[in-house]
Amino acid sequence: MTIMNMFSYGFMQRAAIVGFLVALCAALLGVSLVLKRYSMIGDGLSHVGFGAMALGVALGQAPLYVAIPVVIVAAFLLLRISENSNIRGDAAIALISSSSIAVGLIVISLSGGVNIDISEWMFGTILSITSAEVYACIAVSAVVLILYVLCYNKIFAVTFDEKFAAATGLNTKLYNTLIALLTAMVIVVGMRMMGTLLISSLIIFPALTAMRVFKSFRSVMICAACVSVIGVFAGLIASCAIPNLSPGAAIVVADLLLFLCFWGAGKLVRR
Amino acid sequence: MKLIELKQVSISYDHGNQAVQNVSFSVESGDYLCIVGENGSGKSTLIKGLLGLQPLQAGTVRFIPPMSRDQIGYLPQKVQVQRDFPASVREVVLSGCLRRGLFYSRADKQTAAENMQLLNIFQLRDQSYRELSGGQQQRVLLARALCAAGKMLVLDEPVTGLDPVVTQELYALLKKLNRSRDLTIVMVSHDIAAAVQYANKILHMDQTVRFFGTTQDYLQSDIGKTFLGRGRPQ
Repeated sequence: MTIMNMFSYGFMQRAAIVGFLVALCAALLGVSLVLKRYSMIGDGLSHVGFGAMALGVALGQAPLYVAIPVVIVAAFLLLRISENSNIRGDAAIALISSSSIAVGLIVISLSGGVNIDISEWMFGTILSITSAEVYACIAVSAVVLILYVLCYNKIFAVTFDEKFAAATGLNTKLYNTLIALLTAMVIVVGMRMMGTLLISSLIIFPALTAMRVFKSFRSVMICAACVSVIGVFAGLIASCAIPNLSPGAAIVVADLLLFLCFWGAGKLVRR
Repeated sequence: MKLIELKQVSISYDHGNQAVQNVSFSVESGDYLCIVGENGSGKSTLIKGLLGLQPLQAGTVRFIPPMSRDQIGYLPQKVQVQRDFPASVREVVLSGCLRRGLFYSRADKQTAAENMQLLNIFQLRDQSYRELSGGQQQRVLLARALCAAGKMLVLDEPVTGLDPVVTQELYALLKKLNRSRDLTIVMVSHDIAAAVQYANKILHMDQTVRFFGTTQDYLQSDIGKTFLGRGRPQ
């Protein structure tokens, strides 16, 4: 099967659109999250998303409509915890993550939700995305990309040196909140594609990969976006070519290989 | 013309230690004010209170129009930039202009270029901030602060870790900016000899105000004489 053939199928086209958009958004936000040492927030949010989606199914609602508000609230909460040095942020996030998964699983089993495939939720189902979900994804990605581009310079300032930004009168809380809000939206949308366990790699990998080689914020941003999209497409194509290969896992492995290549390249350049 | 007025400001940290107690003073346009005092006397905390980085327990900080918070350029004591943070010198300096709209205008880029030239870092503009020496990094941060400084520059121990030659250059530059650009300077300093040499006003802190006035008066005062006597190298 050639690559052109692969993308002639409707399900592959939908996967490609969603994959492209989520990869782009996740990479851009990922640079800020990794540099602000907020990587774990992404991971925590995806676990909260799992619990929220289970709750949505149990309540007979569309999982996405329950998950988006719940994850946004959780994003504010996790941000507060990370900013407050009195509580150990990393420990608190681990606590919230595992509790959310546990609550989600209990809700599913109590509501007799036998027709939920938990492994799909854990590892994603990018190949069975519906048209409605594609539209939702386009809408969310458009909001994320527009806000990100408009606030790019402020996001840089807040990421590089929050104290200085605050001293010149910038509302740093607002921009931190914006980053958390956008992350929450991308994670909920991306969970359908990558699943709870793999979505955070979509946020963390591209930023780390780009930082191996590039040295300015803008070039890291552009490189992360490209690497992220390449990783998603490589994973998608591999999962089509090799039967029974989970696309989510293939994307993560593609990201890992890209990271190793850039790491090696960075070592060579610096010598 | 008064720019900022602090009235009975008190600041304490979470664990209850009062760092700054009942401090009142004002900054006038064109001042070169040095805040001096022992370690732990609340100098840096006072600056953070003035900038709104540390909440006040009591008292007020008033910016007298047309002065406002976004006219201040701040050079922090120590910037905790991560070892691997990707940012070019140009990006860091430009971020000083961030208060004026969403995107940087041509004028902002011009300002950034001028300040980089002034501080002799223009040729480093495409280099990575993290790969510069300590002195170069300090000049980058000063250029950023100058981009933000419409009327006032606030510096917290700017010469810490700089070698003597760079330190003298920095002092000369600040004096020049103070005179030629009419830039008001507020500096926390350990270097008491330089403080009385360059500043026109001194604020001596020890939790509360021990002295506030002109440098000439400070040199005549008991506390000034004592502190200078001890501060001088043997």
